Amino acid sequence: MAEPASFRVSGKGRLGSKGANFTFDGASYQGVEGDTLASALLANGVHLVGRSFKYHRPRGILSAGAEEPNALVNIERDPSRKVPNVRATVQEIYPGLKAVSQNRWPSLAYDVGEVNNIASPMFSAGFYYKTFMWPKKAWEKFYEPKIRAAAGLGVAPDLPDPDHYSQRFAHCDVLVLGGGAAGIAAATAAAESGARVILCDEQADLGGALRFEAGAMVENKPAWDWAQEAIAKLAANDRVRVLPRTTAFGYYAQNFVALAERVTDHLASPNPGLPRERLWQVRAGRVVIATGAIERHMVFADNDRPGIMLASAARTYLNHYGVSVGRKVGVFTANDSAYQAAIDLKKAGTEIAAIVDIRPASEGDAVQQARALGIEVLSGHAVVKTGGRLRVSSMAVRSVNVGAERVIPVDALLMSAGWTPSVHLFSQSRGRVAFDEASQRFLPGTYAQACVSVGASNGTDRLEATLEEAYAAGEKAAKETTGGTKSAARPAGVSGEAFAGGMLGTTPGAENGTTVAAFVDFQNDVTAKDIRLAVREGMHSIEHVKRFTTNGMATDQGKTSNMHGLAIAAEVLGKDIPSVGLTTFRAPYTPVTFGTIVGHAKGELFDPTRRTPIHPWAEAQGAAFEDVGQWKRAWYFPRAGEDMHRAVDRECKTVRETAGLFDASTLGKIEVVGPDAAKFMEILYTNPWEKLEVGRCRYGIMLREDGFIYDDGVVGRLASDRFHVTTTTGGAPRVMNHMEDYLQTEFPDLKVWLTSITEQWAVIAVQGPNSRKIIEPLVEGIDISDAAMPHMSVREGRICGVPTRLFRMSFTGERGFEVNVPADYGQAVWEALWAEGQKYGACAYGTESMHVLRAEKGYIIVGQETDGTVSPYDAGLDWAIGKKKRDFVGIRGLKRSDLVADGRKQLVGLRTKNPRTVLEEGAQIVANPREPVPMTMLGHVTSSYWSENCGHSIALALLQNGRKRMGQTLWVPMPDGAIEVEVTGTVFFDPEGGRLNG
Amino acid sequence: MAETATAQRRTSLETRGFDAKGASLTLAPSSFRVSLRAPEASISVLEEALGLSLPRLPKTSSEEGTRAALWLGPDEWLVIDTETDPLTASRGVEALHSAVDISHRNVGIVASGAYAAEAVNGGCPQDLSPEAFPVGACSRTVLGKIEIVLWKKAENSFHIECWRSFSPYAFAFLTASARDAAA
Repeated sequence: MAEPASFRVSGKGRLGSKGANFTFDGASYQGVEGDTLASALLANGVHLVGRSFKYHRPRGILSAGAEEPNALVNIERDPSRKVPNVRATVQEIYPGLKAVSQNRWPSLAYDVGEVNNIASPMFSAGFYYKTFMWPKKAWEKFYEPKIRAAAGLGVAPDLPDPDHYSQRFAHCDVLVLGGGAAGIAAATAAAESGARVILCDEQADLGGALRFEAGAMVENKPAWDWAQEAIAKLAANDRVRVLPRTTAFGYYAQNFVALAERVTDHLASPNPGLPRERLWQVRAGRVVIATGAIERHMVFADNDRPGIMLASAARTYLNHYGVSVGRKVGVFTANDSAYQAAIDLKKAGTEIAAIVDIRPASEGDAVQQARALGIEVLSGHAVVKTGGRLRVSSMAVRSVNVGAERVIPVDALLMSAGWTPSVHLFSQSRGRVAFDEASQRFLPGTYAQACVSVGASNGTDRLEATLEEAYAAGEKAAKETTGGTKSAARPAGVSGEAFAGGMLGTTPGAENGTTVAAFVDFQNDVTAKDIRLAVREGMHSIEHVKRFTTNGMATDQGKTSNMHGLAIAAEVLGKDIPSVGLTTFRAPYTPVTFGTIVGHAKGELFDPTRRTPIHPWAEAQGAAFEDVGQWKRAWYFPRAGEDMHRAVDRECKTVRETAGLFDASTLGKIEVVGPDAAKFMEILYTNPWEKLEVGRCRYGIMLREDGFIYDDGVVGRLASDRFHVTTTTGGAPRVMNHMEDYLQTEFPDLKVWLTSITEQWAVIAVQGPNSRKIIEPLVEGIDISDAAMPHMSVREGRICGVPTRLFRMSFTGERGFEVNVPADYGQAVWEALWAEGQKYGACAYGTESMHVLRAEKGYIIVGQETDGTVSPYDAGLDWAIGKKKRDFVGIRGLKRSDLVADGRKQLVGLRTKNPRTVLEEGAQIVANPREPVPMTMLGHVTSSYWSENCGHSIALALLQNGRKRMGQTLWVPMPDGAIEVEVTGTVFFDPEGGRLNG
Repeated sequence: MAETATAQRRTSLETRGFDAKGASLTLAPSSFRVSLRAPEASISVLEEALGLSLPRLPKTSSEEGTRAALWLGPDEWLVIDTETDPLTASRGVEALHSAVDISHRNVGIVASGAYAAEAVNGGCPQDLSPEAFPVGACSRTVLGKIEIVLWKKAENSFHIECWRSFSPYAFAFLTASARDAAA
């Protein structure tokens, strides 16, 4: 292969000389450090970089910035780092960079999908909606999979992302979005006025339009040099943070702005300690929006061939990257700024074929300059089509008032239809744009937040005016936020170009009635005729036009296409632009990786994993764990050769025969303290508390206002003014919030305070006939005899030399204790209890056995037997409601007609006719299994287990009129036949409850 | 009753540590902690008993010897003492108040170094600049997905309190964040 011709122009551009080799579609190229992939490809004469989304048309590089719709490539750093849809105009090259084109097969130059282009008349706007309506069934099985396979740009990576991403919150007085002349000026003024400033810009080099505007002067020196000096000064100020390669992508409430910083994508071998990207979440006192303007393309036939690009892009490639985009370049423009591109190129030795100016008589400075350089200027002319397949080779030019076409050979064509102020972030801030008739553009109108737009994004066209505006804005923002009075010195000697003027919509030759492919939205392949068709078919709102045609709905969000699309729709509708409206700008401004949004929240940081103090012991014992909310709880403790069922059977038997140890540390615990503690408990729970003696416990039920069970737990009274409340594991945070809510909003006069002590105390349940013998040798200062410490009592003392709150209580139906010790002592005390327990053959048991043991006793679990629609009556807990109480949360709810009506579902037990059959939890219960579907469902199974202690299966169920159905035979229909069950009481083991007392 | 050896104390973080230039993490010494709640009228009596002033302004703390009181709410303080149990002092106070032992509920982590604030800001949305969060400032706030109490003990040194079971998350989060801050 011969050395490809270089389009690098010596003496132009601001890059160094350090070479960087890279590959594109397997071919090796040389670029220069600081190049973007786009500039490096153009330096090698490569314009063809991709295929369009729908028609697979060959596409080149349109822009030199974030607005790029065409040049999307896959960057493959290594097998696990393949990033699709990277804009070649943003991606900087590094030695060894590997880029691959997208949306083509088998190759970029020969793409089978191009058949879509030939068939393009078929694929008009709304094609999918119209074509795939029938037969209805084919949608799911045929159309959708086929369309999905063909759709989409790029290939998603198939390996986990090995990079890490970081996030940072930051605060500043003044946040400046955009580092062009306006942004630099605003940041400088704010910093000089004493503010804390953050300045961000999406480019590697700050400077904005100064990257291409070569002739601009500030302080009588080239504006670029002024900008670099100003940035260096800002960077050296420790109250200023300058963030290059950082895109402000989301503007949220109260000046909360999200920035995505690309940290390593431009580095050949990044330090592995660095995150790939960093999300900055900034809260700013004031925001200065200096986001500039985006040049629009001209909408004419075949305006999408590779080599056709925005004039400012060509100028950026020349003046910043030192690259000429062609040898013989044509220009098609509706404003003056494209002339400057032609002039700069001409001066750099590139031939300018002609400047085709759609305006009838253009006679400004720029025109004079161009003519003086010998450039042919065709005023009142239009480019009506272009030639070439993989690269533009000619432009056909004629007078705007019809006439003969003249074909002019070109190898690049620059275009400018004018500039669209970037009001995206202003709009995201909920500011309302206003249409400026004179300049035919939307500008920031009504502000909704403490922000201000400056420079080109505010429609300020001249550099002098921009700097004045930006300095004033930066200074004002600083003074408002810091209260300071210091003023910033304004720069003198400012001159630059103006960027006003231009056109919207199609050019002659692509006007209404033509069928040419004049592209409005390059990325979604939307042409002017698609938009007209949408209007003709009844889409009169721009929101409908947008969705019907997909104009502006690609990843570039229509940065170059929105205004053209709007103008074309308005023309067909015969309305003016503001009455057709502008679609809403939404975050993100440019695509943001999932990694940036996720940040540290993956792996062990995805969500907190909570472990109890006794967890290490259980882990060492080989326990299986289950997730209960964020907690890891020991599920069961299998011995060699045991599966879960065998382990659970053994654990359940052992607890009832001798004893078992259970880690109950995850139980929610709240200390309720104050002279009104009992009064507060009376309000929050259904039970009476005033008369509960100190040292005694009670099972409490908490309702919501609607009368349904919210939580339950055992409460111990430690002193007249102090309760130790326990809640369910999952209910702990919400119960605390529920209590605080009532205390602060309904009963603020009560002298009582709540403190979460869930994690202060490790809780070891010692349950079973031998439980007292196990704890006895370790306890000091508490008489734990049955007489002194009966069931449902609580004492404070010491165990193993450390403080304990010792509860005599049971969730198993056996004599039992719950040993509370300060959490850091949990494991040591457990180990001591375990050693004692070994003398009696005690076991450790997990949550599964806990569930079985309590079900054998008919004890409910909130969230299993209850689902937010179960009252205490339904659950058979009437006894827990203080009959003499005049008030508690839910008391009126309980009296609602529905809650006292007959036919409510009530908690019952179920026994299967075949004792070995274990029902499925959630299964429905019916009276007649032969009833045709849908059967009359009477209720459902809430808990179901094999009970080794009972020798048969047991189940709890919520059943319509359940308590009146004792002894009835009912059925649980399952896929392989209905299971016969008998309705029983809820207590399956030791119904008299004698074992509780030893 | 048999004499028993005192149970050994085990923290939730074992021997975790992280050290990078400008951002290091260590485990704070185990301390006594009390959640103190009291109305305005009881404050002076409690101050006398505890031997330190109870701050009245949001985001402020007071320190006296080994004891510190962090303002968490209009009637709420977190009292931390590395040596003696504040409950011993408050137990005799008859003025209306609630004092609850939370010594083992919380774990303290110390983030220090020139980039300590950035490390904390990796997951905490508070403004930690010297103007907004001077030495002595404290706040109940969040770190990533958990609640913390943040206390700036000295220039470039933050004390982070979280619940015991959240401490491995807090430590891992701060480690990731400190690594980024120091990078």
